[in-house]
Amino acid sequence: MNDFQNIYPELFLILILLLFLIVGVFLKNSFIIIKKATIFALLFCIPIIYLNFDNQLLVFNNNYSINMFSNFIKIIILISSAFSLIFVGQYFKRIKIDKFEYMILILSSTIGMFIMVSANNLIGLYLGIELQSLSLYVLSSIDRSSLKSSESGVKYFVLGALSSGLFLYGCSLVYGFTGSTNYLIISENFSTNSLGSIFGLVFILVGLAFKVSAVPFHMWTPDVYEGSPTSVTAFFSLAPKVAGIGAFIQILFIAFKPAFEEWMTILIFISIASMILGSVAAIGQINIKRLMAYSGISHIGYALAGLAPGTIVGISATLTYMSIYVVMNIAAFTCILFLSRDRVYYEDIRDLRGLSKNHPLIAACFCVVLFSLAGIPPLAGFFAKFYIFKAVIESEMYLLAIVGLISSVISAFYYLRIIKIMYFDKKIDKFDDMSGLGVKLSLFTSTLIILFYFISPSFLVNLSDMASKVFS
Amino acid sequence: MIDISLGHYLFLAAIIFTIGIVGIFLNRKNVIVLLMSIELILISVNINLVAFSVYLQDIVGQVFTMFVLTVAAGEAAIGLAILVVFFRNKGSIHVEDINTLKG
Repeated sequence: MNDFQNIYPELFLILILLLFLIVGVFLKNSFIIIKKATIFALLFCIPIIYLNFDNQLLVFNNNYSINMFSNFIKIIILISSAFSLIFVGQYFKRIKIDKFEYMILILSSTIGMFIMVSANNLIGLYLGIELQSLSLYVLSSIDRSSLKSSESGVKYFVLGALSSGLFLYGCSLVYGFTGSTNYLIISENFSTNSLGSIFGLVFILVGLAFKVSAVPFHMWTPDVYEGSPTSVTAFFSLAPKVAGIGAFIQILFIAFKPAFEEWMTILIFISIASMILGSVAAIGQINIKRLMAYSGISHIGYALAGLAPGTIVGISATLTYMSIYVVMNIAAFTCILFLSRDRVYYEDIRDLRGLSKNHPLIAACFCVVLFSLAGIPPLAGFFAKFYIFKAVIESEMYLLAIVGLISSVISAFYYLRIIKIMYFDKKIDKFDDMSGLGVKLSLFTSTLIILFYFISPSFLVNLSDMASKVFS
Repeated sequence: MIDISLGHYLFLAAIIFTIGIVGIFLNRKNVIVLLMSIELILISVNINLVAFSVYLQDIVGQVFTMFVLTVAAGEAAIGLAILVVFFRNKGSIHVEDINTLKG
C-alpha cells in the first residue's frame, strides 16, 4: 500500500477525471465550469510533482519509476495540456465542440502520458500508450458533424492501431527472448546476438516512432493535423510528442542499453529522414496546419538526433529542445487560432496577408515565433538547436550535424515565407480582435520567454541536466 | 507424429502477423476489413505471448495477453464508433472514399 503515496499526481488526475465525468453527466451546460476546473487541476498538479521533484524510487515491484526525469517530462506535459485548453478561447463554442467530454479526454490522455513516461515495464508502457492514443483517436474526430474531422479520426485510428500492433509484436518478442517485461531485467538479459531480441527492439522502436510521427512513419500526421479541429491539432503537436520522446528515452536508456550500437543506427536514420522530409515537404504547403505538421516532424528529427549519441549530454539537450519546442508551439498555435473573422476560422497561409498592418502586435509575436522555429539567434529556438548540435558534435557524429544544419536552412525558407506574407503582401480584411485573458496571456508569456530566453539559459539547462543525470 | 515446439507457434504467429499487415496495405475495399486485419495482428501477438509464457514457465506472458485482449476490445469499440461517425458524414465506408484530406 505504501507505493500509492508516491503516485499522488496520477491518483489526483484520475480522481479529478472521475469527478468531472459525474459532474458533467448530472449538471447541464457544464462545459465552461469543467473547462476552468480542468485547467486549474492540471496547473495544480504541477506543484504536487514539483514538491517531490528529487524523488528517485521504483514502486510496484520495480515496475513504475518515479525520478527527476519522469517528473521533468510530466511537468512539461502538464504545462502543454493546460495551455492547449487556455489559449483556445472562444473556438470551442464557435465550432460547436463545447462538450465536456473534450476535457475528460484531455485528462485521460494526460494520465496515459504520465504512465508512458514513468512505466518501467513493457505492459505498463503498452497500457499508457493505449490510454493516450485511444483518447486521441476520439479527440481527433470530436467534431462529429464535420467530414474532415471524422475522416482524420478514421485515418488516425487505423494507422495508430497498426502501430500499436507492431509495438506489441516487438514486446512479445522481447519478452520471449529476454524472459521478462521489466526494463531492468530486459537490460540484464538482452543479448545482441539473438535475432529475436533485435527484431523485437526494431518493432518497438517502429511503434514508438509512429507515436512521435518520425519519418518513415509520419504519413498520418499531415492529414490528421489538417482534419482535426485546430484546438485538437494544437494538443497533438504538444503533449503526445513530449510523452513519446520521454518513453523513447526511458526504454532506450534503460531496457535497451546493451543494444546501444543497434538502436543508434536506427535513430540516426530516423532523425536524418525526419529532418530532411520535414523541411522539404513543408515548402509546398498552403494550409498552415499541414505546415505545422511537417514542421513538427522536422523538430522531432532534431530531438531524436540528440538521443542518437547515447550520452547524458544528448538526453539533456533533447529535454531542453522539447521544452522550448512546447513553448514555441503554444505561441504558434495561439496565433493560428486567432485567425477568425465572423465565427469562421481560416487556415490558409494566404489569409495572413498584411497581418502586420491590421494587427501589428500579433504579427510581431508571430514573427518572433517563426524566427525562433527557424532557429535564428538570439531566440530560444536557436539555443535549442545549438544544444543538440553541440551534443552531436561532441560524439563526433558529423553527418548528423551537417544534415541537421542543412535542413534547418531549408526549413527557414517556409518560415520566412510566412513572415514575408505577413509583412509585405497587400492587406486584406481585419480579423476579429483577440479576446480573452488566457489567450493574450499565453501568447505574450510564450513570446517573452522565446525572446528573452538568452538572458538566463542556465535555468532550463540545469533542470534538464539534473533530469538526465538519472540515466548515468 | 511431430512434436509441436515453440518454433512452430512462433512461425504460426509470424504468418498471421504478416497476413494482418498485408491485409491493411493491400485492402482497397472496406474499412471493416482493416479492423479485422488489426485484430489479426493482435491475435498473433497473443499466440506469441502465450507460447513464450508456457515455454519460459512464467505467468507474465499470460497476464500480458489478458491486458492485450481487454485493450483490443476497447480499441475495436472506439474504431467502430469513429467509423459510424464517418459513415454519417460520408455515406460510405469504402477505403477509396477516405480521400478528403490529401496534399
